[in-house]
Amino acid sequence: MGRNKRAIPEINASSMADIAFLLLIFFLVTTTMDTDWGIARLLPPPDENKQEDQVKIKERNVFVVLVNANNQLLVEGELLDISQLKEKAIDFISNPGNKENLPEKIHVSPSEAKQQISILKGGNTPAAAEEMAKWQNRLKTAEVVGDYWESKQVISLQNDRGTSYETYIKVQNELAAAYRNLREKMAMEKFNKKFDQLEKAQADAIKEVYAQRISEAEPKNVAGK
Amino acid sequence: MFAKKKKPTPAISTASLPDIVFMLLFFFMVTTVMREVDLKVKLSPPEATEVQKLENKSLVDYVYIGPPMDQKKFGTEPRIQLNDDYATISDIRPFIEAKRATRDEQLIPKLTTSLKVDKETKMGIISDVKQELRKAQALKINYSSREGKEKK
Repeated sequence: MGRNKRAIPEINASSMADIAFLLLIFFLVTTTMDTDWGIARLLPPPDENKQEDQVKIKERNVFVVLVNANNQLLVEGELLDISQLKEKAIDFISNPGNKENLPEKIHVSPSEAKQQISILKGGNTPAAAEEMAKWQNRLKTAEVVGDYWESKQVISLQNDRGTSYETYIKVQNELAAAYRNLREKMAMEKFNKKFDQLEKAQADAIKEVYAQRISEAEPKNVAGK
Repeated sequence: MFAKKKKPTPAISTASLPDIVFMLLFFFMVTTVMREVDLKVKLSPPEATEVQKLENKSLVDYVYIGPPMDQKKFGTEPRIQLNDDYATISDIRPFIEAKRATRDEQLIPKLTTSLKVDKETKMGIISDVKQELRKAQALKINYSSREGKEKK
C-alpha cells in the first residue's frame, strides 16, 4: 500500500513579527533609561559627646559660607554672587600669596615628615599619637608627589531652613568644583596628566593634598515649635 | 504607439522584519530597569556639574522629597516618600534599619542613601532628614541631580 509521505507543513511565521512587536512595545514603555547621578557626600557621625568634638580652629583657616532664606550668599563676611564662589574658594584653599587672612600652610617633604615622626615617637599621649598618624599620612603622600604645601583649610557651610534645595546644591557643586580644579591643576603640574588618568596612588596623594573638608554646621533650632 | 506594459510592483519582502524587531527588543530588554516605586511626589532634580555615577544600584536606598502629586488631597507642602508611601521624619530610621536587615553584613558600610529631592524644596525638611540619617548611621548620601553643562 505504502502511504505517500506528506510533506511537513511549514510553520507560518508571519505572526512572529507581531509577537515581537508586542514585546518590544512593552519594554519600550516600562524602560527607564535613567542612570542615577548625584553629588556624593559623607555625613558626620552623630555626636554623642558634644564637648569632646569642639576643636578650636583659627578663624583664618575657615572659609565661612552662609546662605540665607532668600538664597543669598555671604562668603567670609561679604555678599557674593554664586558665580564668584568657585574662584573665591580656589583662592582660599590654595592661598597662593601666603596672605595673612587666608589659611596657614605647612610645608611637607619626605625628609621633614621622617624627622617629625622620629620626634613624635617618644610621646605616648593620645594627642601625640594623632599627630603621628597625620605625619605618617603626609609622609606617604610626599613620597608620591614630592614636596608640597598643605593648607589647613576648612570650609564651613551653613544654610537657613528656608534656603532652597537648588541653591544648596549649587553651592555644594561650586565648592566641589573648586577642589576638582585644584586637583586637576596639581595633576597637570606634577604628573602632566589629567586627574582621572592618574594611577590610584597618585590620585589618592593629590586627594590628600587637597582634601575636601566641607563641614556643615549643626542646624540651629531657630524659632522651633 | 507602444502602450507600456504595466509591471506589477514586487511586494517588499518582510522576511527580515522579525529580525529587526527582535534586535530592538533585545536592546530594550537588556537596558531596561523596571521602575521600583510609584512616585507620589513631583520631582525635578537640580542641575550640577560635579556629579558622580551611582554605582551598584542594589546598594542604594532612595528617599524622595517633593510636593505631592495629588495636590487637592495632600496639599502643596513637600512630603517625604519612602518605598511606596508618604512618610514622616520619624519613619526614616526604621526604614533604614529595615533596608539594612535585608542586606549582607559586609555590605552595610557600602550602603548609600540617595536623596531625590525637588529643587524647589526648602532646606528645613532636608536638614531634618539628614539628622535622622546621621542618627541611623547612614552616613553615605548622594544628592541626586541631573548632569548640567558647565558654564564658561
